[in-house]
Amino acid sequence: MNKSIMKYIGKRLLMSVITLFVIVLILFILMKLMPGTPFNDEKLTEAQRVLLYKKYGLDKSVFEQFFLYVKNLLKGDFGVSYSILKNAPISMLLGSRIGITIRIGLQSVVFGSIVGVLLGIVAAMKHNTIWDNISTFISVLGVSIPSFVFALILLIAFGREIPIFPITYDSSQPILSSILPTIALSTLTIAQVARFTRSEMIEVLDSDYMLLAEAKGLNKRTLIFKHALRNTLISIITILAPLIVGLMTGSAVIEKICGIPGIGSLLVEAITANDYNVVITLAFIYSAMYIGIMLVVDVLYSIIDPRIRLSKEDGNE
Amino acid sequence: MSKERVFQEKDFELIGIQEDANKAEKDITPSFWKDAYIRFKSNKVAMIGLIMVIIIILFAIFAPMLSSRAYDSVQTAHQNLPPRVPILENIGILNGHINGVDVYASKGLGDISYLFGTDTLGRDLWVRVWEGTRISLFVACAAVIIDILFGMTYGLISGYFGGKVDNIMQRIQEIVNSIPSLVVLTLLLLVMEPSLNTIIIALMITGWVGMSRVTRAEVLKLKEQEFILASKTLGASHFFILMKEIIPNIFGQIIIMSMFSIPNAIFYEAFLAFVGLGIPAPAASLGALINDGFESFAIYPHMVVIPVVVLAILMLSFNMLADGLRDAFDPKQKKM
Amino acid sequence: MKERVLSIRDLSISFKTNHGVVNAIRGIRFDLFKGETVAIVGESGSGKSVTVKAIMGILSSNGFINSGKIDFTYHRDDEVVKKDLVQLSKKEMRQHICGKRIAMVFQDPMTSLNPTMTIGEQVMEGMIHHYGTSRKEAFKKAVELLELVGITDAQKRMKSYPHQLSGGMRQRIVIAIALSCDPEILICDEPTTALDVTIQAKILQLIKDIQKKKNISVIYITHDLGVVAKVADYVAVMYAGKIIEKGSVDEIFYDPRHPYTWGLLSSMPDVNTVDEELYTIPGTPPNLLRQVPGDAFAPRNHYAMKIDYIEEPPMFNVGGKHRVSTWLAHEKAPKVSMPASLKQRIEKMKKEAE
Repeated sequence: MNKSIMKYIGKRLLMSVITLFVIVLILFILMKLMPGTPFNDEKLTEAQRVLLYKKYGLDKSVFEQFFLYVKNLLKGDFGVSYSILKNAPISMLLGSRIGITIRIGLQSVVFGSIVGVLLGIVAAMKHNTIWDNISTFISVLGVSIPSFVFALILLIAFGREIPIFPITYDSSQPILSSILPTIALSTLTIAQVARFTRSEMIEVLDSDYMLLAEAKGLNKRTLIFKHALRNTLISIITILAPLIVGLMTGSAVIEKICGIPGIGSLLVEAITANDYNVVITLAFIYSAMYIGIMLVVDVLYSIIDPRIRLSKEDGNE
Repeated sequence: MSKERVFQEKDFELIGIQEDANKAEKDITPSFWKDAYIRFKSNKVAMIGLIMVIIIILFAIFAPMLSSRAYDSVQTAHQNLPPRVPILENIGILNGHINGVDVYASKGLGDISYLFGTDTLGRDLWVRVWEGTRISLFVACAAVIIDILFGMTYGLISGYFGGKVDNIMQRIQEIVNSIPSLVVLTLLLLVMEPSLNTIIIALMITGWVGMSRVTRAEVLKLKEQEFILASKTLGASHFFILMKEIIPNIFGQIIIMSMFSIPNAIFYEAFLAFVGLGIPAPAASLGALINDGFESFAIYPHMVVIPVVVLAILMLSFNMLADGLRDAFDPKQKKM
Repeated sequence: MKERVLSIRDLSISFKTNHGVVNAIRGIRFDLFKGETVAIVGESGSGKSVTVKAIMGILSSNGFINSGKIDFTYHRDDEVVKKDLVQLSKKEMRQHICGKRIAMVFQDPMTSLNPTMTIGEQVMEGMIHHYGTSRKEAFKKAVELLELVGITDAQKRMKSYPHQLSGGMRQRIVIAIALSCDPEILICDEPTTALDVTIQAKILQLIKDIQKKKNISVIYITHDLGVVAKVADYVAVMYAGKIIEKGSVDEIFYDPRHPYTWGLLSSMPDVNTVDEELYTIPGTPPNLLRQVPGDAFAPRNHYAMKIDYIEEPPMFNVGGKHRVSTWLAHEKAPKVSMPASLKQRIEKMKKEAE
């Protein structure tokens, strides 16, 4: 059994590396295609240009350049920013920003999942009652109203009208000023988790094994928490991928609105300033994070859910 | 037991199976489509969604047409006017006041009213919002149609032919799926100028995977069923089987999927516009309007509130409609 | 005097559905005696499963009992307790009856075990819950149970997950779970339909052996008369929510009176009679959404009489334990006897039995 899990993890790891490699290749090609690099600046003399080309290895063959690029990426050297902070190394620009984005992202996932699961359970348990309808309505609302709209509403309400929280991010109050963005960012998570939990739970409650558990004479609490909830929660792992994609997209706007110095707002800034070296770096970081998270999730899932273990086992026999 | 009854000989006459008695039993089970229709019709939430979608579409088509003002006509004298609605203003709401001051009167525009107010350049927001809705809807529909065509074809081929083809296509799909859509969108916008086409292409690239997945899963389910096998043994061509046997059977799923893609596409378009990558001015989608209004939301909240409300209602209606359709077609399906 | 464990009187159950109220059970009555087996036979939708779910108190939430009694007599220490299960609350049912006194084996072993819990956990759960058995003791007893139901390597299997076992093995586990609290009554809802033919026989034998060993009463639900012949003492034939014929196995098999029972017996595949066409009962079971006057079986009955379309037949006593609900049993009815081919069949069966 362990052997098959190891094999699965190995396969999954290989696939992740290939995917990341393909992404790096695409990024590299994009960078080559990009018009209007600082090196095309017309004010540069021929000598200056040669110097710059040499410095960044642009005089070598494309293959060598790619090799150099990958090597630099692995070392954490992403090149320099062209316009946001002229000629500053991007790694410096990223510095603390990644931490803030990840922290707010994690806060939203945790908060959103807890609220979502609770809503979903209430809806499933009180299936076809007013509670179900309220919970469903909240989740439809959460899917329907973009998170940046929520952020705006929250800022107007609790930043301006009732000033409890700072309107823009205040780095001296990192927790307090991350509350509104966290809530705004978690709306989509709440909605998706609540919907999924509800339907999954209804299906589980309707299953034969729940009937058997009921026929054992177990009390309601044991039925829900020991039998139904566990199976429901395991399947929630399967929707983590769309959740994280949504969070990434959401964080870019939320960070812009709330003035959070994370990589999301940096991305928006870089796009507007046409600082594509930064954009490409961020694209790489986002992809790497996503692929990494998906890898961890899949591996965890394969360990947690015995059903998945089986299908792998069967595949080997 | 009826003791009162006096049994007569003729009661016990053998008459066997009565044809009409059996016939009467058959009328109860409705067909799949009819059943779905009945379920959909009885779903109040879905019906409200449908009606709201229709109303919004009608507004998006006719409001700009019927208005005397153009979405891009700049009138410096009419800048930053709050909404003023002829009948409602008499009861004290939407009466063109900001902080108790009648902005229309102070600008000497007593006889003019802008239903949604104007923006910082004095453009009529009523026309701009509906024009923006039109663009958002257009983007969404175009993206979803291309999505269906590409994603469905991909899923059909991958699922139907299986084996090596499927294996390779699935690996490619996995890689595409591993790139967050945010990254795809931003990279694409680096290479191409922001325009309606760019946005549609960006949405297409990120959207087809979901559609292809659903299609493939459905095809895999159908492929092993008797009627497909029967067709195959009768010598039907692949094309015929795909067109006549498979597509009609997965159509319900495709409709549900595309109904969910529409609000998704509207959201991404709004997102792109909001980060400043939408279609170029003076044209504006809902997202672009929200972005413009955001700059001055502290002073003129109407500029951001109105497009936000319209966007939210639009998304909400589509989601309600999609939910209802899913429940109608496939009451047991998972909600993702 | 045989001890009556369960006696059901005039039970009727309805379900609220989107299309209206379905009268799934329309006044049934039968008894179950200590150590004996009652088989309930009928087509799908005839109300067999609903009946036993009502006994267990696990009707789905849209179902409700209109009237009737389910009297259950059991021994608590040395005291004899008699309870009407219809009157018990869901909570009381769970605490005192379900799993503890009455246990159930479900139709599909592939789906009736929790996929994310180990076998051991699922077998032990009931004892720990009802009797507060310590985990160590529960483990020991669970291993014994697994051995009793014929699972090899029981120690090791305790840690397995359901998907690691075959269908037959899983059904043995489900039986072990049912037996874990030493119930008075075991309800088997088509326990072998989802299994291979070869395994079917083994599972049937297993249930029979355990029944003898533990002297428990069994309610057997099936649509397969072959199974009935092997396991049952009494048979109740259900159609459209009513018991239309009941009696001892011999009475039902050798002297069936209801045309529906004739149909069921005739449609039983038989290896010995090759030359005849397999009989099928024409038409489909009635839709219980509608109340049709007269006998619900009349539209499918070759021997229907005028009265069948007017009034529902009562239960006629035709001697012994044999009861039948058809107007053909009325004194004024024409003397109709079973089809000749069936008669031959029964003669053959009788001979084989001797």
